[in-house]
Amino acid sequence: MPKTGLALPRRALLAAAPFIATGASAQTPLTLLNVSYDPTRELYRDYNAVFARNWQAQSGQAVRINTSHGGSGRQARSVIDGLAADVLTLALAYDVDAVAERGLLARDWISRLPSNSAPYTSTIIFLTRKGNPKGIQDWGDLLKPGVSIITPNPKTSGGARWNYLAFWAWALRQPGGSAATAEEATARLFRQVPVLDTGARGSLTTFAQRAQGDVFLSWENEAHLALQEFGADKFDIVYPRFSILAEPNVAVVDQVVDRRGTRAVAEAYLRGLYTDEGQAIAAKHFYRPRNAAVLAANASRFPAIDLVTIDDVFGGWTEAQRTHFNDGGVFDRIYRPGR
Amino acid sequence: MSAPFRSAAEDAPWARALLALAAITIGVVILALPLAAVFTEALRRGWGVLWAALAEEDTLAAIRLTLIVAAITVPINTIGGLAACWAIAKHDFPGKRLLVVLVELPFSVSPVISGLVFVLIFGAQGWLGPWLQARDVQIIFALPGLVLATIFVTFPFVARTVLPLMQEQGREEEEAAATLGASGWQIFRRVTLPNIRWALLSGILLCNARAMGEFGAVSVVSGHVRGMTNTMPLHVEILYNEYQFAGAFAVAALLALLGLVTLAAKTLLERRGRHA
Amino acid sequence: MTVRAIPGFGLSIGIALLWVSLIVLVPLLALAVKPWEMGLAGVLRSLSEERVLASLALSFGTAALAGLASLPVGLLLAYAIVRLRFPGRRILDGMVDLPFALPTAVAGIALTALFAPNGWLGAPLAAAFGWKIAFTPAGIVVALVFVALPFIVRTVEPVLRDLGRDAEEAAATLGATRPQALARVVLPALAPALVSGFGLGFARAVGEYGSVIFIAGNMPMVSEIAPLLIVIRLEQFDYAGAAAVGLAMLVLSFAVLLALSVLQRLLRRGRA
Repeated sequence: MPKTGLALPRRALLAAAPFIATGASAQTPLTLLNVSYDPTRELYRDYNAVFARNWQAQSGQAVRINTSHGGSGRQARSVIDGLAADVLTLALAYDVDAVAERGLLARDWISRLPSNSAPYTSTIIFLTRKGNPKGIQDWGDLLKPGVSIITPNPKTSGGARWNYLAFWAWALRQPGGSAATAEEATARLFRQVPVLDTGARGSLTTFAQRAQGDVFLSWENEAHLALQEFGADKFDIVYPRFSILAEPNVAVVDQVVDRRGTRAVAEAYLRGLYTDEGQAIAAKHFYRPRNAAVLAANASRFPAIDLVTIDDVFGGWTEAQRTHFNDGGVFDRIYRPGR
Repeated sequence: MSAPFRSAAEDAPWARALLALAAITIGVVILALPLAAVFTEALRRGWGVLWAALAEEDTLAAIRLTLIVAAITVPINTIGGLAACWAIAKHDFPGKRLLVVLVELPFSVSPVISGLVFVLIFGAQGWLGPWLQARDVQIIFALPGLVLATIFVTFPFVARTVLPLMQEQGREEEEAAATLGASGWQIFRRVTLPNIRWALLSGILLCNARAMGEFGAVSVVSGHVRGMTNTMPLHVEILYNEYQFAGAFAVAALLALLGLVTLAAKTLLERRGRHA
Repeated sequence: MTVRAIPGFGLSIGIALLWVSLIVLVPLLALAVKPWEMGLAGVLRSLSEERVLASLALSFGTAALAGLASLPVGLLLAYAIVRLRFPGRRILDGMVDLPFALPTAVAGIALTALFAPNGWLGAPLAAAFGWKIAFTPAGIVVALVFVALPFIVRTVEPVLRDLGRDAEEAAATLGATRPQALARVVLPALAPALVSGFGLGFARAVGEYGSVIFIAGNMPMVSEIAPLLIVIRLEQFDYAGAAAVGLAMLVLSFAVLLALSVLQRLLRRGRA
């Protein structure tokens, strides 16, 4: 009786036994945990099935791939706090870097796989109401009076950071553009945002289901998914002339795969994304494939637009994060009262 | 029964009707409409979709996990809560008010923090993280973490339901029993428990309902691995984020239904208790 | 009282302390220690940011409003459930606990769907009064009332039930009118429970996250609640900053609860 409290951990552990992933995985079936960001759910559901089949054929081993999806930052933090991810497939390099900083994987992870460890790319485009009643064609149109813009919060959403940076890059390119004019324009942009959800999926629900806003700043693949899920008769996809090249990165978590003995299958899993089959699955889900042949085969799905990279405009993620999104950064500044 | 007696001791019929009407209106607007919205959404695409969503393997895993978490949480909080109430209501000791506040404290802790504290202790970067990792024991992102966070969040339910009643009832009966030479355990079982059992029961049922429905705290310690560390509320979020609105609301409706059954059971038992 | 008349104190207090320590004190100690990694100056700087102050004011302000709004509503519901007989009373009784049972995220989604400008309630409210509820601080209050209401009803109800009608009947025989009997006899007897219910509902509402983020709009300085700020800091891997906001919320809530607990004691003493 008096030991109720003390007895708890033991009981909990006993009951938990089937749920705890232990290192001794020799007898148990092979599992792989892919910790990913929000919009990749459909992509990896397809790819996991294909990979499991290929791996079984190739090695004779059955493999079950578990997935976890959520905001990119939250997912990185879970891995840092001990979620045993074999592979990371996150929205931006900054979040993978954060995990690497804690020693869970090699600091040079980005050079271990081709194309900056980003097997597919994406970009930021617009989703408007059907018929585009506000006539939004390019970034400048967002600042027109009366245009209400939906984007998630750049502090909590990887996609929203790409939104923000794409707009900033556009503002810099305007005649007389400088950091000061870009900050002024960005502040104006966010004054026209009525709701900041924490993630891309919540934001799209606000736009689609709650009928808030005239335009949704969206991942390219999410915009196409929205047409499929909510009906092509409700929205138009608008490609601006210019946008940012978003490189969602993938990496094997060294510490975890070495502890669990899953390095071979984890590396095969990521390499498979670069094969023709993997690239085709990415293209099917509206991620831009790296493979030129697969891209050419899907040219109609991916209009060519002028894309800048984060390294060119912002000097890389660490710098962009520090300047714009950390506490006290530009994003906080544009919400100061009196602006 | 004289006329002034009646008018002062009981509400006039018109006042009763008005109050009842107001109560029903409030109940419908604040409580029933959100519930109706959940069930409407769940059935929007028909029973077929609803059943398919509930019979899915990952959903069943989420239901099982939720039940396990509640089955561990509720007894612990019941025993701890009863002990605290008994000590507070029937005895005098220094720091009593502090203990009352401590028991209530988890209500005022944001669910986000309730998850965070266990990350600070058991996380890989936390106090015990490296020690646990060396022994290959997983607390957060596994069942123990979910249970701990749920115990924390539902901690005060039993105590808070029972305590006001125990305090209101005073100590005369227990003191009389003590004078007759009964032991503490005997007094508790024979005197206190019968007096509070219906409040205790409703506390237990509430604790259980909340344990099954907790979202914020478990969200921080879950890791969100489909079919493994997803409780029902987390599964609702996942389905919602996959735009499977019907499926999401189906699981939500099931949770609400579990809650309603719990609440109905509680009401029935209370009625029996009052008649006994 | 000079002697402990009732035995069994040692065992019960032992269990209670163990339970409180392991589940509440030790984890909260971790929270209390964490922010000081930044040093005193760091904590002060971290907490004095305008966004932090605005979000704390918003969380505590909306929670207090929601608690106050829930007081008369909760009292009415408790009174109706205990004293009145009408069709649907038992259903109402069961429904009161619904906010406990409904997962907060589900409640948030449901309330947002109801109060959004195109929702069942949001559309008529906007059309009739031009009110905008969802995606404003008003939406936060609505969600928090939903969260806080059962605390008040369930704290008041057992006391009201236990109170019986003897005192009212006595007041009646002394010539009191019905409003007098309610105001002088029933309400003072319920006052400590009302205070305690308000405290619980308020404290619970301050930290509420799941149901609020859907309906709030989450605009910095306007509708961004403190728990969201904690999440934002966590996602920037700023554990100490997140813990600092958490600790500040906890200390403030603790102060409010302590004050209410003193008030409750005064009320109870006033009756005795």
